[in-house]
Amino acid sequence: MSAARLVVVQVRYQLKVFMRSPVAVFFTVMFPVLMLVLMNALFAGDADIEGPGGEAWPVQQFYVGGLSAFAAVSATFTNLANVVPVRRDDGILKRWRSTPLPAWACIAGYVGSATIVAAVGVALTWGLGVAFYDITIDVAKLPVAVLTFVLAVGSFAALGLAVASLIRTAESAPAVANAIILPLGFVSSVFVPTADPPAWMAFLGDAFPLKPFAETFQDVFNPFVDPPAFVAHRLIRIAAWGVVGVAIALWRFRWEPHRTSGAPGRRRGRGRGRQAPATTSG
Amino acid sequence: MSTEVSTAIAVSGLRKEYDGGILAVDGVDLEVAAGEVYALLGHNGAGKSTTVEILEGHRTRTAGSVAVLGLDPAREGRALRDRIGIVLQSSGIEPSLTVREAVEIYGSCYSTRRPVAEAIELAGLADQADQRVGSLSGGQQRRVDFALGIVGRPEVLFLDEPTTGFDPAARRSAWEVVSGLGAGGTTVLLTTHYLEEAEHLADRVGVLAHGRMVAEGTPAELIGSRGGAVVSFALPDGVEPAELDGVVPRDARIAGRQVDIATATPTADLARLTAWAVGRGVELDGLRVHQPTLEDVFLELAGEREVAR
Repeated sequence: MSAARLVVVQVRYQLKVFMRSPVAVFFTVMFPVLMLVLMNALFAGDADIEGPGGEAWPVQQFYVGGLSAFAAVSATFTNLANVVPVRRDDGILKRWRSTPLPAWACIAGYVGSATIVAAVGVALTWGLGVAFYDITIDVAKLPVAVLTFVLAVGSFAALGLAVASLIRTAESAPAVANAIILPLGFVSSVFVPTADPPAWMAFLGDAFPLKPFAETFQDVFNPFVDPPAFVAHRLIRIAAWGVVGVAIALWRFRWEPHRTSGAPGRRRGRGRGRQAPATTSG
Repeated sequence: MSTEVSTAIAVSGLRKEYDGGILAVDGVDLEVAAGEVYALLGHNGAGKSTTVEILEGHRTRTAGSVAVLGLDPAREGRALRDRIGIVLQSSGIEPSLTVREAVEIYGSCYSTRRPVAEAIELAGLADQADQRVGSLSGGQQRRVDFALGIVGRPEVLFLDEPTTGFDPAARRSAWEVVSGLGAGGTTVLLTTHYLEEAEHLADRVGVLAHGRMVAEGTPAELIGSRGGAVVSFALPDGVEPAELDGVVPRDARIAGRQVDIATATPTADLARLTAWAVGRGVELDGLRVHQPTLEDVFLELAGEREVAR
């Protein structure tokens, strides 16, 4: 079987499993959409946000940009950081290591399916913006938007795998992933406009890759930013975090459950508490 | 390759030392012929799973040589995994997939495959093919493991404690599946601590204890090699095991109320025992003299101390 065909089978398999998990679909795809609807309902009547040059900037444009970036991040980073430890604890990853499937094809299935989900999330939020929130997409800015999307999806998927590699048990995965991504959303101008944030908040936002991603998408809808809206240092910051993610994942990724995490396969109710014939020496 | 036609698995001087100096496998030699069904017996911690995981390429070895189908699992793992099937005791399947989907997806990466329907049929899951794996009983899920283990037409099939946790009926039907595969010419290496399982399925049995192979042969050979007989009886109520000192040999096994004496001189042992019982005025329920079973041999070989855990 050709390499391409192997990857296609893996991506379709991961998408199928994803689609059959209503909780995953809701939190990954619908949650950012819901946030978009709520934020707009709450703040649409409010005063405009101050743009980069002091101009008035409607809040809808701000939210569509930031929350679509957030949707892509939850489809990649949050999704993989949650799902991979579960598959590892359940022995699913170990089973794949028992087959001739190359490791890279297995990983490609996770990353590829997450990328597709991320694209759907972005399309959904942008579509909502165009349909209901009076957003116009400047075609001249699309190349930069697409480039940023591809880079960001790769980086956040790598970071998701990195966190999955560091998490020891599936139980702690959702807490760890959310403890990282939700505060980061607040300091990265995703949920709340931060025209003049405290210095430490600005520093945190600038240090991590979510803010450059969100800002690039917000620029796509900001009429005061001229095309092509290309800002090299944003892309460099996103890519640099991708390299960090890949390095950690290569260093720490495990296919087998950690010994301390209890009996593998427990989700399938397979006890391991076997007893040898009880006998004592006479 | 051509020299390996008749030998499916060849292991010599295999050693595995884990971090902290724990010696899990201590110089195991093992040879399994093509088409043979071989059972590795041993208690938990005897080194069965470690040995098998080294053969599968899941674990590295500290020393020794290993060839499965002429390939070194440590260096040619992918080529090897294309030609073997592995049924682990601890691997899961996405519960939301149907049996058919799982067999299709997992089968897709082998270069030679059985038709999906055939793998499902062989595993005895034809009626459950379109049910989700998560909705199946434990025994049925184990059959899915079998189906996934054989979908790639393996030349060697590894079964790690294939029926642990099964009820007797499920165990018997799993045995039928394995026997069918063995009859079809597939080499099978299984680990178990069910003696009847080894006796029922295996052409040959190896007994591991403390990382060493302490005995090897057909079940009949192993039983025959011990010779003698076993005297068994139930300890009467009100009699302490200590009262049997000097009455039964020191190496008699006492499990709960059950006493088994493996002996080369059953007549003399029986005479001493019955004389004591008559003198004490107790009746020995279930008193009998019989041929040793594989379990008797195993318990004697594998050592009883660790069983008490």
